[in-house]
Amino acid sequence: MQPLFFNRYAVASSAGIGLDSTAQALGEMRSGLAACAFETARLDTFVGQISDSLLAPVRADLAAFDCRNNRVAQLCLQQDGFDQSVMAAREKYGPARIGVFVGTSTSGIHETELAYRRRDAAGALPADFRYATTHNTYSVAWFVQSYFGLTGASMAISTACSSSAKAFGSAARMIAAGLCDAAVVGGVDSLCLTTLYGFGSLGLLSPVGCRPFDADRDGISIGEGAGMVLLEKMADGSPAESIALLGVGESSDAYHMSTPHPEGLGARMAMEQALMSAGLRPGAVDYINLHGTGTRSNDATEDKAVCAVFGNDTPCSSTKGWTGHTLGACGAIDAIICALAIERGFMPGSVNTRTLDPALGLRYLLDNRSQPVDIAMSNAFGFGGTNCSLLLGRVQP
Amino acid sequence: MKLFVESAAILAPGLTGWAASRAVLAGEKTYEPAPLAPPVADLLPAVERRRTGSTVKLALAVGHEALTSAGRPVDSVATVFVSSGNDGDVINDICITLAGPDRQVSPTRFHNSVHNAPSGYWGIATHSHHPSTSLCGFDWSFAIGLLEAAAQLQADRREVLLVAYDTPYPEPLRGIRPVTQPFGAALLLTRDRTNRSIAELGVGMDARPIEISRMSDAALEHLRTDNPSARALPLLAALASAQPRLITLQRDAGQTLSVSVRTF
Repeated sequence: MQPLFFNRYAVASSAGIGLDSTAQALGEMRSGLAACAFETARLDTFVGQISDSLLAPVRADLAAFDCRNNRVAQLCLQQDGFDQSVMAAREKYGPARIGVFVGTSTSGIHETELAYRRRDAAGALPADFRYATTHNTYSVAWFVQSYFGLTGASMAISTACSSSAKAFGSAARMIAAGLCDAAVVGGVDSLCLTTLYGFGSLGLLSPVGCRPFDADRDGISIGEGAGMVLLEKMADGSPAESIALLGVGESSDAYHMSTPHPEGLGARMAMEQALMSAGLRPGAVDYINLHGTGTRSNDATEDKAVCAVFGNDTPCSSTKGWTGHTLGACGAIDAIICALAIERGFMPGSVNTRTLDPALGLRYLLDNRSQPVDIAMSNAFGFGGTNCSLLLGRVQP
Repeated sequence: MKLFVESAAILAPGLTGWAASRAVLAGEKTYEPAPLAPPVADLLPAVERRRTGSTVKLALAVGHEALTSAGRPVDSVATVFVSSGNDGDVINDICITLAGPDRQVSPTRFHNSVHNAPSGYWGIATHSHHPSTSLCGFDWSFAIGLLEAAAQLQADRREVLLVAYDTPYPEPLRGIRPVTQPFGAALLLTRDRTNRSIAELGVGMDARPIEISRMSDAALEHLRTDNPSARALPLLAALASAQPRLITLQRDAGQTLSVSVRTF
């Protein structure tokens, strides 16, 4: 594929609000996870929660969209000069030429969870409950589109934990097909009872904070957050050097709804396709940001898949110990962490992980390293056996 | 963007399969709504079939019909799944449980609650490792799926199966999201014309909103507005017709998609 450059990117998670604070948390090995105190959830687990005090109501003219998920989205749009850059692109290309591709797993389902507590005597939901602009999966894409007044293609991608990685694929194809000149691409997910109790029922929540690739790893920590990228085709006037999306690979496990393929078959295919789409050999990749959720099975199968494609010499780590597993948002957030690694010349280690699992073979970084990164891969895998790998790199047009 | 249709499939009240529905969609036969018998997802292994609800079964059945009538193996194509919502019965059960004193969510319900559940079961049923995406555009999901499929064909793929499905919501969700009838449709789309092509489509994004296409039959028009995926009906009617047509689908709250349809 033709590289597409990151005109601007922004991030918000429990690890940091904005790029600088995120980079600082990474540098200081400061995790955003804490014992779960979300709403009425009573679960023995850690979460990556963004402080409620930071989640301001959405802009008054968009009040119909107000819900935790869209508040998280708005917080991200307001970081790192992102909103100004989108408005400048809107001026440059026109609102019809900018698409919106947002990945989310649960969107604003928390509003419906709350509305069910307020059912009347006949069992009906309260009249003030707004389904379309909060719970519906499209709500967050619709909100972002409305926030900027864009009229290009607009969609929510909802493939569980690969959602926002796959959003990059949809955006790249739309730009390649000539339907957009630029795209607001990202992912947003927020804490809700469905995912907390749902993962709890599967026995996948770590009681102490996730420890990816640790010998004693015991599950995930659910996080919330958003990552947004203004993706643009390379053209005259593009910056002399920038971060770009170089390749996208997608595959299906065709194995099980909630357990990855034991040999990591789908994950391997996604990584191979990403390399093929970028026209790169495995040896060109300097760093891999793993999906690395911290469950026994995810890390073991991802390990097999990475070793099959890259051998055991490419530095890898999972940053879920900082952010928690932000589900549908993790593809975008992890891609942005890769962009930070390239831009600022470092490889994140792994906060919380103490003792590497000796049964795993890939070259896992425990500590941060100061080292130039030219090309990075980001993995995101999800329920339903959906896999997506992204390749990012530095380009000179 | 130019693309080709190899097959179409439909499952809805009174519209059970493309062959049986074509004359109705073309306006040659009267539409007679009748309750849709629960689709049989015979693609799925029995153990998985027991774990799935009507939404997954509808999506798999209609996707299977499209591939069978195109004469293509079920594991041979990339897929785009679109719906306005996840399985309403599953969401309702989970929300009732979470509102109650004992929040024991069923693990199977939880993994069936994801928007991409039909895509996941499609993979399990077909053993296809091809890429599959699951999209949502509220009431405009079908148009979004068509746009995604067209972009995939332009960018890097030769064939894409587009599957649109939505099933009725139970109360109390139905009170705020009144979807009352099931509707599923699928199209096997190709980049190049093949000896099986039945129509050529030209898909374009309109610069400004244009009057959207409706169904002339009142009962079909009712179905079109009842179920988000049934917004596909004007395109399916054009595919059933011998005359070239230009139809307009809404693709978000304010914009439209134009689709020219020329059948062979």
